[in-house]
Amino acid sequence: MIAFLLILIPLATGLLSFLIKEEKTAKAFAFLSSLATLAVSILGLTLMKTGSNLNFSAPWMSSLGSSFTLRLDGVGQVLCLLTAVAYPLVLLGTWQASYKKAQQFFGLMLLAQAGMMGVFLAADALLFYFFWELALIPMYFLSSIWGGERRIPVTFKFFVYTFAGSVLMLIGIIYLQAQTADQSFSLTSFYKLELSGKEQSWVFWLFFVAFAIKMPVFPFHTWQPDTYEQAPTATTMILSGVMVKMGLLGLIRWLMPVLPLASFQWGDRVMIFAIIGIVYASLVAIRQNDLKRLIAYSSIAHIGLMCAALFAENASGTQGVMIQLFNHGINIIGLWIIVEIIERRYGTRKISELGGLAQQAPVMTLFFVVIALANIALPLTNGFAGEFLMFNGLLHAKSNFAIAYTVVAGLGIILAAVYTLNMIRNTFYGEAVALRAPVTDLKLNETMALSVIVVLILWLGIYPQSMLDLTDQFTREWMTKIDVSHLFRK
Amino acid sequence: MNALIISAVLGVLMMFSSFLLKQKTAVRMVAISGIVLLLLVNILELAGKPFLAVDTKGLLVFDHFALLFNTVIFAAVLLYFLLSAPDMEKVGGSYAEYFALIFFILCGVTLVTSFKSLLTLFLGIEIISIPLYILTGSDKRNLKSNEAALKYFLMGSFSTGLMLMGIAFLYGAWGTFSTDAPALIASMPPVLVVAGMSLVFFAMAFKVSAAPFHFWTPDVYDGAPTVFTSFMATVVKGAVFAGFIRLFDDAFGPQQSQWQLWVAIITAITLFVGNITAVFQQSVKRMLAYSSIAQAGFMLFALYAMNAAGKEGILLYTAAYSFATIGIFAVLARMNDYTFDGFNGLARTQPLVAGALTVFLLSLAGIPLTAGFMAKFYMLKAALATPGSTWLVIFAVGMAAVSVYYYFRVIQAMYFKEPGETAAPDFPAFFKWVLAILAVLVILLGVFPELLLGRLYF
Repeated sequence: MIAFLLILIPLATGLLSFLIKEEKTAKAFAFLSSLATLAVSILGLTLMKTGSNLNFSAPWMSSLGSSFTLRLDGVGQVLCLLTAVAYPLVLLGTWQASYKKAQQFFGLMLLAQAGMMGVFLAADALLFYFFWELALIPMYFLSSIWGGERRIPVTFKFFVYTFAGSVLMLIGIIYLQAQTADQSFSLTSFYKLELSGKEQSWVFWLFFVAFAIKMPVFPFHTWQPDTYEQAPTATTMILSGVMVKMGLLGLIRWLMPVLPLASFQWGDRVMIFAIIGIVYASLVAIRQNDLKRLIAYSSIAHIGLMCAALFAENASGTQGVMIQLFNHGINIIGLWIIVEIIERRYGTRKISELGGLAQQAPVMTLFFVVIALANIALPLTNGFAGEFLMFNGLLHAKSNFAIAYTVVAGLGIILAAVYTLNMIRNTFYGEAVALRAPVTDLKLNETMALSVIVVLILWLGIYPQSMLDLTDQFTREWMTKIDVSHLFRK
Repeated sequence: MNALIISAVLGVLMMFSSFLLKQKTAVRMVAISGIVLLLLVNILELAGKPFLAVDTKGLLVFDHFALLFNTVIFAAVLLYFLLSAPDMEKVGGSYAEYFALIFFILCGVTLVTSFKSLLTLFLGIEIISIPLYILTGSDKRNLKSNEAALKYFLMGSFSTGLMLMGIAFLYGAWGTFSTDAPALIASMPPVLVVAGMSLVFFAMAFKVSAAPFHFWTPDVYDGAPTVFTSFMATVVKGAVFAGFIRLFDDAFGPQQSQWQLWVAIITAITLFVGNITAVFQQSVKRMLAYSSIAQAGFMLFALYAMNAAGKEGILLYTAAYSFATIGIFAVLARMNDYTFDGFNGLARTQPLVAGALTVFLLSLAGIPLTAGFMAKFYMLKAALATPGSTWLVIFAVGMAAVSVYYYFRVIQAMYFKEPGETAAPDFPAFFKWVLAILAVLVILLGVFPELLLGRLYF
């Protein structure tokens, strides 16, 4: 039931939002809706021990073997919580931003939330595909209507890219359904599949391309920096903080347990690409002058590490990914909030045109430094716990080159420190530049949003166990599903 | 049987109404009540109440597939009349005759969906084609319309000739026109059957505008008055597909292994030509002509797979494609400018129309929650059930991704661009309502396809 509410609330309020006339009302309405979703999500966490009332199932297209089945499991809890936390933060953090036809903007934002919740909860492949596409459509309109100058071609590239990937996945889904014993799209039937290595192999790539484009993993990342740059910042926050997790969830729930043999077989190849991506994106990030693009590239590096750690196929790496799913989302939203503030106050987000902001806005600087340090995984911040586990996982990957992977990926961390510290130095310290507007420090709403983020960063940095417990059981079950060692013993 | 007889009677009735009724509105009302009647009697027959039963000596069979297909077609024509009938006035003076011709076409459609003999098939195809030639050229003073009609007539007659030749060959081999008898013949068909089959196949491929038999399509669709292009590209194409599938299922089913590869190749070429050429069009009308070729490529999957999912799929596909395309053409017919730029800023001036158009375009592109997605889904499912067709399916979805490009150009123009100088067209309230209902229908079929397909078996 909780799962159903998590989709229903944003969906219903999103549609209602189109009827609102005034901008302020629309904004407040969206904020209240996101708080309601958050409350339901937290209620879901408390029900986790008993496991009652979490799932939902209703008949739908039964002649096709599909049903409207939602399941709120460990990874689902983490991602739904992330989505539910992200929305109030984004709305609060960008409260000052003003939009033409605001009711449509907020309506679409909420519809996107419903779509993403659906992706995180669907336990039926066809339903999963439905939500996968539906989350994309509002994002397309959001970025194309309210985005920057080059928004139309850039967003279109993003859309076509993602669509091409997802139709390939559709073929995979239909193929797998035909192979199940009961001709069903349900996740349980998919998990019972035992396909031959050859079949798994090509179905693997159909799925993987779709997920790789969404995450994005090198070399499928080319849409990402442009889209992040051109989309309105509130949308970028959702895109980068929450939506990219759809790809990782796809790997965790739909790809690796269903096709364990192929995941094992191709895992090495995938890790190589992911790790190339880490280094490549970090190097590009160093050269960026636009704050938005810099963060976009840094996100590619982080996601690459998560993808590589998943394919290490061990409990440590997986748990690291689980906690990092949440951390990355929170941290990057925090960074975007500050970038948005800078852009709105100073009219630019070019690093070369900024400098010395610390003198004028010390509070903002403090927040930014904490979040940026969490982004490069300094101990006592949330990023540390996740990255430590992931590197540990990477080191113990069942690969001949595990050490090489770890070292090269570790290089990414160093590079991350380079570009992050450079950015902080050039933007917040150094010579103050002439500014167009009278400078003020943070407003109340911004302080609130950033404080919540910083509290979460420190909380999960000092006591990561609270998050790890959520997914502990899920990860253990997951490990048995992707384990292929019994096939080799025969 | 109900629909066959009544549609023919309605055709004659409409001809007389041209000098009995002076008011154009009255003529329109007669036509709309006619199609409602047609729809009702057809649904009655589907429910097992055929009150006009004539013994056809096995020339026709009105099974569930045929009747359901007719229902979809008649529903599409009803919506088409509601949306576009007023626009037909602009084409020329013979208002009632246009309706008469359309009812005659519907008579041919019922023959084509329910034939059991090659002769009835031929009859049906001809009854469809000849009124279409006239409708294409109905804008008498327009040179393009004349050119289109002549081109269509010459090419169409040629393909009909091929078809007749094929039927003659088949008769020579089988000694009967019935499509049931050949099932007895052994797996290795004689040369006459292969030759006959190929000729009939080419002719039917021409009628559904599959590449490389598609060259007439863009010119004819572009040249014909827009209201009639809409009818041609949807209702007629769907019906001919039904006949195509029925023919190959009944008559050539046992030889599937012989023709399947040919169909696969034709499908691939059709998808490629339709989608790639559509990308380069500047006029929305011409883009839709190529899009109709591209969609035909997807519909060919039903023929290729020839299984239950394929037959359900072609039914749903016809509904999804027809509803969406009729909606788009109805709006297009009222636009002052047929280029993509003509749609600029439509969302601002006409939000409801733009919203409905978006639903139709998303459906054509195959985005979930629309009928178009479920239709494509069934086609992919049907094809994947055939061993060794993965390459074709992957190619097809690649082309579907290309199709997003040209469908979304219209959405981009409507939503993301500023309105141009030409005054926005005016849409009456009734038109908007019907358009909205059509959009709801497209979504409804996409969420609950069983509403339609469930009827196939009960």
